[in-house]
Amino acid sequence: MDLVVNGVEHSLDLDPRTTLLDTLREHLGLTGSKKGCDHGQCGACTVLLDGRRVNSCLILAISQQGASVTTIEGVDHPVQQKFVEHDGFQCGYCTPGQICSAVGMLDEVAKGWPSAIGDEELTDAEIRERMSGNLCRCGAYPNMIPAIREAAGR
Amino acid sequence: MKTFTYRTATDVAQGLEPGATFLAGGTNLVDLMKLGVATPDVLVDVNRLGLGEVGDLPGGGLRIGAGVRNSDLAADPRVRRDYPVLSEALLAGASGQLRNMATTAGNLLQRTRCRYFMDATMPCNKRRPGSGCPAREGDHRNLAILGASPSCVATHPSDMAVALAALDAVVRISGPAGERTVPVTELHRLPGDTPDRDTVLEHGELITAVDVPSLGFAARSAYRKVRDRASYAFAVGSVAAAAQITDGTVTDVRLAFGAVAHKPWRAFAAEEALRGRPATRESFRAAADAELAAAEPLRDNAFKVPLIRNLVASVLEGLA
Ligand SMILES: Cc1cc2nc3c(=O)[nH]c(=O)nc-3n(C[C@H](O)[C@H](O)[C@H](O)COP(=O)(O)OP(=O)(O)OC[C@H]3O[C@@H](n4cnc5c(N)ncnc54)[C@H](O)[C@@H]3O)c2cc1C
Ligand code: SF4
Repeated sequence: MDLVVNGVEHSLDLDPRTTLLDTLREHLGLTGSKKGCDHGQCGACTVLLDGRRVNSCLILAISQQGASVTTIEGVDHPVQQKFVEHDGFQCGYCTPGQICSAVGMLDEVAKGWPSAIGDEELTDAEIRERMSGNLCRCGAYPNMIPAIREAAGR
Repeated sequence: MKTFTYRTATDVAQGLEPGATFLAGGTNLVDLMKLGVATPDVLVDVNRLGLGEVGDLPGGGLRIGAGVRNSDLAADPRVRRDYPVLSEALLAGASGQLRNMATTAGNLLQRTRCRYFMDATMPCNKRRPGSGCPAREGDHRNLAILGASPSCVATHPSDMAVALAALDAVVRISGPAGERTVPVTELHRLPGDTPDRDTVLEHGELITAVDVPSLGFAARSAYRKVRDRASYAFAVGSVAAAAQITDGTVTDVRLAFGAVAHKPWRAFAAEEALRGRPATRESFRAAADAELAAAEPLRDNAFKVPLIRNLVASVLEGLA
């Protein structure tokens, strides 16, 4: 099957059981995307699939013939610098997923997608709700919020 | 994970293969395959069937393609304007990442389940008929209070389905024997003696769309979900409601409850009790009680009865 990862085309011969996450990590050596729970509950495996944030652990790679994937290795976005400035992490394990998720989330906000909070602006409550699919065991959330808020230009 | 054959279908007829299991967003199915709970031999990928659009029905209402992603549906301007309860229910479910993959049909057909169902080392009548139900005496705090049976007390976890049940939505189905339609309220079964079957679908039947009929007063509708953390958790109890209130009287109403039964629970008795009544907290609570009279809570989930009663009252007060 063919997959474009971070702009590079790959031709892969995979066992149909291989998840997108394992494809990235074990077959392409892109270990930035992390395996946390492996069941879609923690968000550490978040990547951008054709521009949208998804959990790569619950996707069979074989179902994504021709798709374009962006992993943390391919992300170039202001949110990264803001995470450094605000110390938006401790151990760093969830960080690639947090960043990919934030990039996807900011794009959703730009498209005018609603959230369960329903605020007009990207308030801190909105950021928390929209980022709730990414858990951080260290509890570095308080520093991620301003990082994401500033990356959004607020 | 057990091995399987994978194939992509590009039109509905091609997808109808007896014995096949359909793969949509995969957020439930792939999870269950990893756990050894689902062991399909043949996976037919339905993501390229072209069922990803939301269309207008002649005479009002929407036809939601089976493959429309939950995130796209929640953001659809027609859904937000005409059926806020549906947009709110979708946004209350799962996470941004999961909603980007999850589809209309996949969400409806995610397994009715409990933690024992997800653990292949445990007995479970749903997973292995006749093996027993550890939830009855075990962890059932979040399980059913309505319509359960001695063989199974699991709940259907979907938020979206609760809104669709309240809205009289109808599921469009294609199968080896032709096409048919089933109201969302009749799609899921109560467990009875055969909890292994979640729905009335036959093997090989494919959902192609869900029709949501026009309902003028659904523009005033809401979904309220209670859960153990502020976001990204399954419901402990939820209520979908639409109400038409004229001069302080409830002239029409739609109510459905989530996380209380093996299926999204349309509260017909509560609706009946409320029509023609004054739009007051007292009548809202009395209506909820008319429905909850049938509740048979387990040791640790009796709290759901007052929870649902209070939710009904507060959601309807918000709409009044
Ligand atoms: C961590 C986590 C948290 C979650 N939290 C919530 C929550 O709070 N609220 C909530 O409502 N949901 C929640 N979910 C569940 C999620 O909404 C479902 O997994 C999702 O909606 C399933 O859709 P899918 O397209 O990925 O289905 P799939 O996993 O692809 O399929 C599910 C089932 O539907 C069948 N199927 C799919 N399409 C068709 C079709 N067209 N015709 C016939 N059969 C079909 C499949 O064969 C399979 O049996 C959560 C899931 C996870 C992993
Ligand atoms: S409640 Fe149903 S799904 Fe859960 S263990 Fe009992 S039989 Fe299985």
